[in-house]
Amino acid sequence: MNIARIQSLVVKELLAILRDKKSRIALFMPPILQLGIFAFAATLEVKNVSLAVLDKDGGKAAVELTQRFSGSPYFTKVFSLADQGQVAPTLENERAMAVLVLDANFSRDVAAGRQATAQLLLDGRRSNAAQIVEGYAELVVKQYNDDLYAKRGLPGLPATLVARNWFNPNLDYLWFTVPNLIGMLSMIVGLVVTSLSVARERELGTFDQLLVSPLSPWEILVGKTLPAMILGIVESVAIVAAAILLFRIPCHGSLTTLAFCMVLYLFSVVGFGLFISSLCNTQQQAILGTFTFMIPATLLSGFATPLETMPQALQLLSLANPMRHFLAAVRGIMLKGMPFDMALDTVWPLAPIAVVTLALAGWFFRRGLD
Amino acid sequence: MNPALATVAALTMRFGASGPPALDALTAEIPAGMVTGLIGPDGAGKTTCIRLLAGLLHPTRGTLTVLGRDPVTQADAIHARIGYMPQKFGLYEDLSVIENLRLYAAVRNLPDADRAATFARLLGFTGLAPFTTRLAGRLSGGMKQKLGLACAMIRRPELLLLDEPSVGVDPISRRELWRMVRALADDGIGVLWSTSYLDEAEACDHVLLLAAGHLLFDGAPGALTSRVDGRVFQVRGIAGNRRAVLRRALGQKGILDGVIQGRHVRLVAAKDAPPIDLEALKAGPEAALVAVPPRFEDAFLDILGGGPGGVSALARQMEPKTPRRTAVVEARNLTKRFGAFTAARDISFAIRQGEIFGLLGPNGAGKSTTFKMMCGLLKPSAGQALVDGLALGKSPGAARARIGYMSQKFSLYGTLSCRQNLEFFSGIYGLAGARRKAAIEGMIDIFALGPHLAASADTLPLGFKQRLALACAVMHEPAVLFLDEPTSGVDPITRREFWTHINGMVERGVTIMITTHFMDEAEYCDRIALVYRGAVIAIGSPDALKDEARTPETPDPSLEEAFIALVARSDREEPPGAAA
Repeated sequence: MNIARIQSLVVKELLAILRDKKSRIALFMPPILQLGIFAFAATLEVKNVSLAVLDKDGGKAAVELTQRFSGSPYFTKVFSLADQGQVAPTLENERAMAVLVLDANFSRDVAAGRQATAQLLLDGRRSNAAQIVEGYAELVVKQYNDDLYAKRGLPGLPATLVARNWFNPNLDYLWFTVPNLIGMLSMIVGLVVTSLSVARERELGTFDQLLVSPLSPWEILVGKTLPAMILGIVESVAIVAAAILLFRIPCHGSLTTLAFCMVLYLFSVVGFGLFISSLCNTQQQAILGTFTFMIPATLLSGFATPLETMPQALQLLSLANPMRHFLAAVRGIMLKGMPFDMALDTVWPLAPIAVVTLALAGWFFRRGLD
Repeated sequence: MNPALATVAALTMRFGASGPPALDALTAEIPAGMVTGLIGPDGAGKTTCIRLLAGLLHPTRGTLTVLGRDPVTQADAIHARIGYMPQKFGLYEDLSVIENLRLYAAVRNLPDADRAATFARLLGFTGLAPFTTRLAGRLSGGMKQKLGLACAMIRRPELLLLDEPSVGVDPISRRELWRMVRALADDGIGVLWSTSYLDEAEACDHVLLLAAGHLLFDGAPGALTSRVDGRVFQVRGIAGNRRAVLRRALGQKGILDGVIQGRHVRLVAAKDAPPIDLEALKAGPEAALVAVPPRFEDAFLDILGGGPGGVSALARQMEPKTPRRTAVVEARNLTKRFGAFTAARDISFAIRQGEIFGLLGPNGAGKSTTFKMMCGLLKPSAGQALVDGLALGKSPGAARARIGYMSQKFSLYGTLSCRQNLEFFSGIYGLAGARRKAAIEGMIDIFALGPHLAASADTLPLGFKQRLALACAVMHEPAVLFLDEPTSGVDPITRREFWTHINGMVERGVTIMITTHFMDEAEYCDRIALVYRGAVIAIGSPDALKDEARTPETPDPSLEEAFIALVARSDREEPPGAAA
């Protein structure tokens, strides 16, 4: 390894990216846009639910329950249906997420202290949202029941479940989304910088020029890794800063621990990027390769869907996914104040991932020579 | 002249407000039944002109008429009646030959009933009939161009526009392309053939010579060459170093241009110049000055006012290499197999210090494979490549530090400035401190890069890109320089300048290995290895190859004719298919 030669490579790489307007835009615009769009668009809550009510009863209790639904913050649009025949089309045309049907003798039963039935019909095509809406509706009905008990001086139900959400007491979805986005956007930056670099040089013929120079493949590898790390770290710092200052996500853990995990994470991402790049002959292939990697990596990261519910084989596969390890760490550090030793326990698999991918990339750089 | 199919008047095309126009007030005609050559170096405005004629660009100023219509407003009507072959084939590489033809037939609305007959005719015409199921991407450069031509000919066009059809095509395929185009012109079709190879001008019926957007000449090629009649000579019977003779000749007053042609030196005298002083050239007692027929290129240089001088500032500042008695570059039984296919078989040669050694061969014959193994871009399956006594396989770093490499693509970092490219390449070759600074400043000085230092390499004019690429390749004073078609497409003056540097470096003991399709470049070689079907079929000086190919029918073959004859001889001795 010759430090001066590597330094020339690093300077060249940084200049090649930063002097080109298109590369600059490709590098800095997507993370900014994605942070904005994802943070607000990828909400996992169900808000602004529209509810249709078919009130066959028309009595006092029925009206009161309907009003409680209207008054709840989740159901922003409540409208009534005239007859049973309108129920199916309303759900089918997605005019309402759910339909509340109140029996003809609902008020009479409530007044008599008998069990009264309200039926909730949900749009099962949106199964996730339907479950959440069902939860909201149960909450409204439970509140109504409790109030009825209280009004009649009854003791209420003997045992009640009180749920407290730790680490995110107000269930603010941004607290969940933004730390995940830190992992995802850092990955995009790391992959974009690296995956195009070797492929671009192959396409333009400059890679041959490097291969006939005294540079060894390992020097080329280091010369490709370092600039990507520098750019990746700069952007990741910006993203973390935006998360804390702009989105007001608390960071309970130490920033040093976070930085340590981030560097390890970027190494493994750069390893994957260079590996993909070393397999590709054209930039087009490199972009396709990046996407082929990004999508399963996101799905198998625990971002959108919990890993625990996946088949065993996929859970095993997800161990090779750098994002999976880093997301656990970044959430832990920011929201739970995960200490360094626990963080290390979480992210250590990133080190072997980085070593293996970088070694493979170095190996494949010389592909074509054989 | 035949009736004009297309006329342009005061045609001007500008891209962007600043900078010179790509095409400046061009007025010309393209006649029917003739091959019109659109000749000029890269950046002369050839492609712009063709795209304007095809209605793909709208002119900034001026008028043009194609087949009686205006390409700006009636492009569709014109498209139905012309054939257009863009520079990059316009083929679908993942489709087979016949699928490409079917696709173009469908696109051009060829009636179903006519298809079988048309395909048979075109496949026969282009000689592609045995390869109908091969993917277009797997064809050799020459075959791709033939298929491109066939696709452009799907509906018999009245006017055929061919944008640099002979780039990357070996002499044999090039000759076949010309035969085809000739047949089309005889059939009444107007052909516009653009090229940067000046020697192709002589094969045209009518020539439009462009340089930097200006029309320099319009007429029959003979009319241009006749302006240098009686001014072109060969110095024959040179004893000793012909490169030194050339250098001295170019220093003589009244000599416009000079190139090396095998063992001879070709000189063009200025108009009304005093007779050439043969004594002063110190070419030996046997030397004689023989008048030879002028070429198109001689006349072009005459218009431009002559080539550069013969002294290389680059070579002058170089340390002379320590003389070596043994071979500097050596191939020992090099073999390369790709699966079952043997691309190069048992290739051996040795290159002496200060020799220019050329690798020639048809497309796909193993020439590039051999070249790549020699400079360490490909690992041989068997055998050894040695540079300066070091095996590329065993001590790659040390061996590669002695190599300079320059490819046709110039391989510069486009977004880096001129100076940053120099800094980068000096850095990876381990130059540091004062030595690095001196090397960079030296290159800036020699190649006059000063005014362009801050410009991105991508934006440099082609001639400067070429100079910068050479500067980057030689800054570390390599013992061996590998050149891959180094002057393809550049203007003849820059090409002369390039060869002046190469000749100068060779006199300082640098060894050169070059691969090319360009016979002008091959003439500069001391020795040539002709590679065909993975093996060296002939090796020797350009003149020795010409001698080998001499027959009663061709008593004085050109290097191109020798090349073709030797390949044909190899085919006779060992018919294709007989070899493994």
